[in-house]
Amino acid sequence: MRELIRKLVETYGPSGAEEKIRAAIRAEVTSLADEVRVDPLGSLIVRKQGSGEGKRIAVAAHMDEIGIMVTYVDEKGFARFTRIGGVLPLTCVGARVLFASGVTGVISVENKRDDPGKVPRFEQLYIDVGASSRDDCPVRVGDAAVFIQPFAVQGTRLIAKAMDDRIGCAVLIETLRRLKHTPHDVHFVFSVQEEVGLRGAYTSAYGIEPDMALAVDVTRTGDTPECYPMAVELGKGPAIKVQDTGMISHPVVRELLVQRAEAGHIPYQLEVLEGGSTDAAAMQLTRAGVPAGCISIPCRYVHSPSEMVDERDVENGVRLLLEVLQAN
Amino acid sequence: MMLKELSEATGVSGDEENVRSILLRAIREHVDEVRVDALGNILALKRGTTQNGLRVMLAAHMDEVGLMVVGHDGDGFLRVRTVGGVDPRLLPGAALEVGPDHLPGVIGIKPIHLLKSGEEQQVPSIEDLVVDIGATSKDEATKLAPPGTYITFATRFREGSITVSGKAFDDRAGCAVLVEIVRGERFPFDLHAAFTVQEEVGLRGARVAAYAIAPNCAFVLEGTVADDLPKDKDSSPTTRLGHGPAITLMDNTFIAHRGLVRLLTDTAEALGIPYQFKQPGIGGTDAGAIHTSREGVPSATVAVPCRYIHSPVSLLNLDDFNNTITLMREALARLTSSTLRSDL
Amino acid sequence: METISLLKQLTEAVGIAGREAPVRALITQLWQPLVDEIREDKLGSLIAFKRGADTSAPKLMLAAHMDEIGLVVTGIEEGFIRIARVGGTDRRVLPGLEVTVHGREELPGIVASRPPHVLSEEERKSPVPWDKLFVDVGLPAAQVEALVSVGDFISVRRETVELKNRRVAGKAMDDRAGVAAITLALEHLSYMRHSWDVFAVATAQEETGLKGAITTAYGIAPDLAVALDVTFGKHPGVSEPGVWPLGEGPTIGIGPNFHPRLAARLREVAEAHEIPYKLDPLPGASGTDAWAIQVSREGVPTALIGIPLRYMHQPVEMLAAQDVERAGRLLASFIAGLEADFLKKLAWDTPTDESERRQ
Repeated sequence: MRELIRKLVETYGPSGAEEKIRAAIRAEVTSLADEVRVDPLGSLIVRKQGSGEGKRIAVAAHMDEIGIMVTYVDEKGFARFTRIGGVLPLTCVGARVLFASGVTGVISVENKRDDPGKVPRFEQLYIDVGASSRDDCPVRVGDAAVFIQPFAVQGTRLIAKAMDDRIGCAVLIETLRRLKHTPHDVHFVFSVQEEVGLRGAYTSAYGIEPDMALAVDVTRTGDTPECYPMAVELGKGPAIKVQDTGMISHPVVRELLVQRAEAGHIPYQLEVLEGGSTDAAAMQLTRAGVPAGCISIPCRYVHSPSEMVDERDVENGVRLLLEVLQAN
Repeated sequence: MMLKELSEATGVSGDEENVRSILLRAIREHVDEVRVDALGNILALKRGTTQNGLRVMLAAHMDEVGLMVVGHDGDGFLRVRTVGGVDPRLLPGAALEVGPDHLPGVIGIKPIHLLKSGEEQQVPSIEDLVVDIGATSKDEATKLAPPGTYITFATRFREGSITVSGKAFDDRAGCAVLVEIVRGERFPFDLHAAFTVQEEVGLRGARVAAYAIAPNCAFVLEGTVADDLPKDKDSSPTTRLGHGPAITLMDNTFIAHRGLVRLLTDTAEALGIPYQFKQPGIGGTDAGAIHTSREGVPSATVAVPCRYIHSPVSLLNLDDFNNTITLMREALARLTSSTLRSDL
Repeated sequence: METISLLKQLTEAVGIAGREAPVRALITQLWQPLVDEIREDKLGSLIAFKRGADTSAPKLMLAAHMDEIGLVVTGIEEGFIRIARVGGTDRRVLPGLEVTVHGREELPGIVASRPPHVLSEEERKSPVPWDKLFVDVGLPAAQVEALVSVGDFISVRRETVELKNRRVAGKAMDDRAGVAAITLALEHLSYMRHSWDVFAVATAQEETGLKGAITTAYGIAPDLAVALDVTFGKHPGVSEPGVWPLGEGPTIGIGPNFHPRLAARLREVAEAHEIPYKLDPLPGASGTDAWAIQVSREGVPTALIGIPLRYMHQPVEMLAAQDVERAGRLLASFIAGLEADFLKKLAWDTPTDESERRQ
């Protein structure tokens, strides 16, 4: 799976401009699916029709990653920007970004600030793309960029930008690869625009009308120095979500995930996440409501350019999803 | 002049009646069907010249920001709260119209002569401000302006040669643009014009209008922020007066569909219509509610740049206004279903 | 059923947002004899249907939320339980509170508070932050680990009490008071004739985002809706306007969230039946199920009846039983008086003859 993950995380795809990552994912799944379509907002929906005795299940992982968008190019060719999704100013200073055209930029911060001790505000940051004036600047208002960091492996830890949620996409693709038999009509949704408001999953679920919805996304951990307490750790298995800021998992779905994990002897953790949500929260509220849950891959440093997961959790995440889809 | 009539009409979110009747009169003879829905949106259909099956929604919101009476004090003053995003710092010294009878009212604060040191720095909050209609008792005030009474700025429209000023250009400018489009020639596709309610309090009308229409794509017509005043730092003006209609790429409520944006810019360039991109990440429009309707609706927002929106008096450039109408008409004429492809 | 014992039953039942099963069972029991059909929706809201006399009757939805705020277990440390809130739980009232941890067993617990003797001046000046709050169930660590898991819910353990002047205080008056008002209305309606079909809904997960209202409104697709929720009661520490005295009747919401002619009809009914009420002007979101229902599908004319409540989101939420009764009577009289073609009266404008008019 490492090669698949590497390919996915290194592909450009900020919210609203997911073409490249959609094409990359499409290439991986077309031969494995019964039906592939793209819905009006751009989510990729890959259907695996089961034997028909089961339910209609939507499983979503979002293709989009956080990024930045140029808001203004000044006289000297420096670009000001706004965030796409939950980018933190703290992770911006000194970061490198990559535009769709291949232009690379460096983010820095105004030297003269009235409060240099505090975390800078977005208005105090700028991108240097090596231009000398507005006229020769290779980027324009509206151009979107993503953070650059190469994929790295350290023992069982995998480090890259956009693990959120390319790791979820990898889990879905790998599950689709290994899924031999299922009684269910499974719709794998590679959703767009999750980072800016769970928009793709909400509309995709409306179209699919599933009986049950699952998201596969990252969650935070409580295992780094002086962090806020949280009962999830890297390497202890995928997390089964109890609740997060946007959703309380349907107890029946949660129970199902726990049962399948135990039946398959798959290690798992129970997760309560404060400060974040997933596509499941959106799918839960479509039409007259959908019982929803989430399989989370524990991830350190979420929304930084160096997100870290443990590949054992990823493998176990695939096994858990397979257990769920293969059972009645 | 339609913009003048619309600007001077009162229509705070939830109370759009006056604006609605002007618009119904203005479009009635130019559409094939019109109705008012449960929330008060005007939904009008102008059938296409072909049966190409495309359903295109155009939306502009009828409501403006304002105030609401929430209580009365013993001396006959009205206690108020803002409806939509009104900056309370703009209220001291304002001239207002209160209620359906347009009773004159004012907001005044402690005179400068009487301020203690440091007080001039303080910003009064909406809880501290009162509206004075000249009543002398709580009873009188309650009778004249009962709880729930809406209040608008009492601003007269003024026409100059290049710019015009008035209240509520957000979004009476958009409504005026939409009226012109509805009054014009038919398009190949069915045009669903929606004059929406309650945008300022949460994009409410647009949401149900989009559900009812179930369009294939949508354009929102707005009056948007122009912050092209002198600044200390070389930074974005958001939009600039005189530089053409402003196209949204991304704001706090949605990301515009690339195909629709390209349609607009290609059209503008082909015809020499000036245009600009609105600074990404500022504000929100009805597109936020429309694009997530049902299975998703590719959407775009085009706006007339307006200085001082959400204040007692805004300013816009007439060329920008007219160019917005032209750009929309011409772009719509070139719209086909391949513009909407999401899998490119 | 007698109002105060009804309130006591409803408020003492447990039903944290997302885990409403116990209170849902109670409400099912209370409503079953009063309605024709009763079912649960996918997110756990309870929908009760009472048929109207008219065969092609339009649909009225009533909504009061059955969920209450609470806490959830986020971890266990040396036998002490770490917590986070479910809904808008106020941490200022937590230290010293008696709770129930719903683990493998129902365990009584106390929200731990360190005695003033050991705290610094600084620490005593502000409320305890969330990461320093623990629940103590008084058991050895190993037992706690065996009986309690991350994700278990914790509810407030508090008996509802009657005070002077038929005032009642307890936890979860928000919004079991609304559920009580609907119950009373259904009781009245059992001997009143009504044309409209009535869907009485005890919504789930209001406190965590109006979720039950969103999905039930979509599923029912009502023509009209009335929500019943609590509103801010007047007491020292809260300033006017926007707060209401106890015992002077329910409030009727006015503002963008509410159809003005529906609010006007409620006022007429109140006046005709000599039910005291106050107008509650709300310039934006009402913070209630009404906000979600109004924008369901093609839009729903909506109203809000408010029951004044002191000390909202604290275990001592207090209201006047008379206000709950008045809300119930107002609702029942309104329903009984709803003519079959009432929707015509809500039409905003009359388009011309040539254009279409949809109900």
